[in-house]
This record gives sequence, structure tokens and C-alpha cells, in this order.
Amino acid sequence: MKKETAKTLRAFAIELVVYAALVVGYFFLVLHFLGEGLHQLEVRHRYTYAGVALLLIIGQAVILQNVTTLLLRLIRGRAG
Amino acid sequence: MLFPISSAHISPIYLVIVGFVIGILGGFFGVGGSFIAGPALRAVGLDWNFAVGTDLAHIVGKSVVAVRQHRAFGNVDLRLGLVMAIGTIAGAEIGAQLIQMLKRAGNVNLVVSIVSIAVYVSISTFMMWESRKTLRSKKRGVAAPATAATKKEDPSSFGHVTRSIQRLNIPPLIKLPTSGITISLWIILLVAFVGGLFSGFLGGGAGYIRMPSMVYVLGIPTHLAVGTDLFEIIISASYGTFTHAIKGNVDILIALVMHTGAAIGAQIGAISTQYFTGPKIRLAFVPLPLIGAAIVIYTLMTGHKV
Repeated sequence: MKKETAKTLRAFAIELVVYAALVVGYFFLVLHFLGEGLHQLEVRHRYTYAGVALLLIIGQAVILQNVTTLLLRLIRGRAG
Repeated sequence: MLFPISSAHISPIYLVIVGFVIGILGGFFGVGGSFIAGPALRAVGLDWNFAVGTDLAHIVGKSVVAVRQHRAFGNVDLRLGLVMAIGTIAGAEIGAQLIQMLKRAGNVNLVVSIVSIAVYVSISTFMMWESRKTLRSKKRGVAAPATAATKKEDPSSFGHVTRSIQRLNIPPLIKLPTSGITISLWIILLVAFVGGLFSGFLGGGAGYIRMPSMVYVLGIPTHLAVGTDLFEIIISASYGTFTHAIKGNVDILIALVMHTGAAIGAQIGAISTQYFTGPKIRLAFVPLPLIGAAIVIYTLMTGHKV
């Protein structure tokens, strides 16, 4: 049981490190490429901005969850 | 780092950490976490209007992650969530209108603050009494793990009152097979409406009122109440995000960065519920309304909205 818990925790720690690296890269991509465009949209077309904002946050939620699930599966696959 | 929409300079690491903490709380307790996110965003200099709108956008993303995880465990009652969303939105709209009316009439802040402190402290006290009593009575019997079968049973020392409410035969009655109950539509709408009203009064999602109401008034098992509340939050927070974005109160870039932490926190919170029984989740919930009460007291004493 203890061995199993240690294994899960190690897999989770590895996942966190990989995830953190991905997130740092993502910051630069999002803020660099989307930042100005979204700012202009917010100033000029509020309704479109509101719709795009919702789509972005929901889309990111789905993508990030799939990424973490995939990462965990890959890490557990290698550890097991 | 500069966020051009709100013209705010905020460390992305700070946002990720705040998102992570709120994600865990949200995934585990079924709350939006605005009582932490709002002050946390204000603390780094984000304007109040942006803090409220941006927090709502981040809540949508975090709740999507937590709901998908809870749904995989069978902890989401979609039918109940959809019905509740109607009541919540109506309550939130009326709550916001009521605040405007009371503001024009006189000193509304003191009245609303005292009422909310009383409600928060009552919820905490009641939940502490009920969950401890249930846990004590369970100890006398045979302890069972939180499997799917026991989740639907979810014993409560307040169960006799809940069953009386469920027996109120006010048509139309709505059957909720996922939650294992049949109850009057009006009672569901009333619970959601009251939650929405508090949300309109106090801001945020008022999950610390709605989640306990679902358990004690509607008789929804705790695990399902957490998952379903989060599903309902997706709908009401999406509505809130849209209306705030139109008014120029949402910096979606901040929300996206916060959400990178919240996404993983929400998964941890949602998975963690599987290791706790309903009464234990309810006992752990006790400090949350007290934090809400402490924030209101602070606001009342300093005159600053945190």
C-alpha cells in the first residue's frame, strides 16, 4: 500500500514538473500572440470579446485536462 | 508581467498559485472560491470591477475541469444542475436589483453585512453539529468506505427533516434518478433562487450556501451535491462572465493564466472527494462560510471591499 502511494506521488511530482514547463511555454505563446489581439477586440467589439473570452477559457479547460490526463497516463505507463 | 486589457502588472507565478489553491477548494467542496480569488486579485492592485469579472471567467474554466472529473465518478446530476441554474440566475438578478434599491433607500451595507454574517456562522455551526453527530453515530455502527452504493445513502443526522421536505407534494414533481430522489420542482427552484439571491447580494457564486442547501434541504448526497453545484456554477458563471465582459470587466488573459494552476488543482480536489465520506466532506466544509463571515466583518470594520 505504501509502495503504491509512493509510486502515485512520484508520478504526480513528475507530472507537475512537466506540466510547469508546458505552462511556462504557454504563457509566452498566449500573452505574446493573443495579448494585443484580445486587447483590441475588447476595446472595439465587446460582444465578440465576451464570446471569445468564454470560448477560450472553456477550450483551455478541456485541452489542459486532456494534457494532464495524457501526461499522467504516459508517466504511469513508464513507471509501471 | 503586463496584462494589457486591465493594464495591470501581476506576476504569473502568483496567479498560478492562487488558481491552484482555489482549484483544490473548488474541486473538493463544489464552490467557486471567489471569497479567496477576489481579495487575492485586489491584493496585487487589480481594480475591483476587473477582479470580479476576471474571477468569474476563471471560475468557468476551473469548474469545467472539476465537473469533467466529477462526472467520470458519476457525481453530477445534469437535470438538477440545469433546473438550479434557472433559479440561480433569477435569484442573482433580483439580488443585484434589490441591492440597488436598498442602496437608494439608505444604509444597506450594515443590514446586508449583519444578515450575511448571521447566515454564514449559522451554516458553519449547523454543519459542524450535524456532521460530527453523524460521524459519531456512524462510529457506533459499521464504518463503510465511500463507494458508489454508500454515496447515494450518505447518512445525515438531519435526514428526518430532509425526508419531510421531499414528501411535500407540490406539483410538478421532478424525478432525479442520478440523485435517487423525487422532489417538487418549486423546492429546487427556491433553493437555487436563495443561493442566487445571496450571490447577487454578496458577489461570487455563493457556493457555501448552495452546496449545504442541496444536501440538507433537497437531500442530495454530498458527493453529488459537490459535482452538481460545480456544473450549475459553469452555467451561472458563464452568464456572469458574458455580462461582465460586455461591461469591460474581464481580463481574460489573467483568467487564462490563473486557470493553468486551477486546472490541476481542480482535478486534485475532485479526485480527493473519492477518499472521504459525505459527513467528513461536510465537516471539512465548516471553515469556508467562516472565512466568508470574516471577510464581511473585515469589510464592515475597515470600510474597504476586499
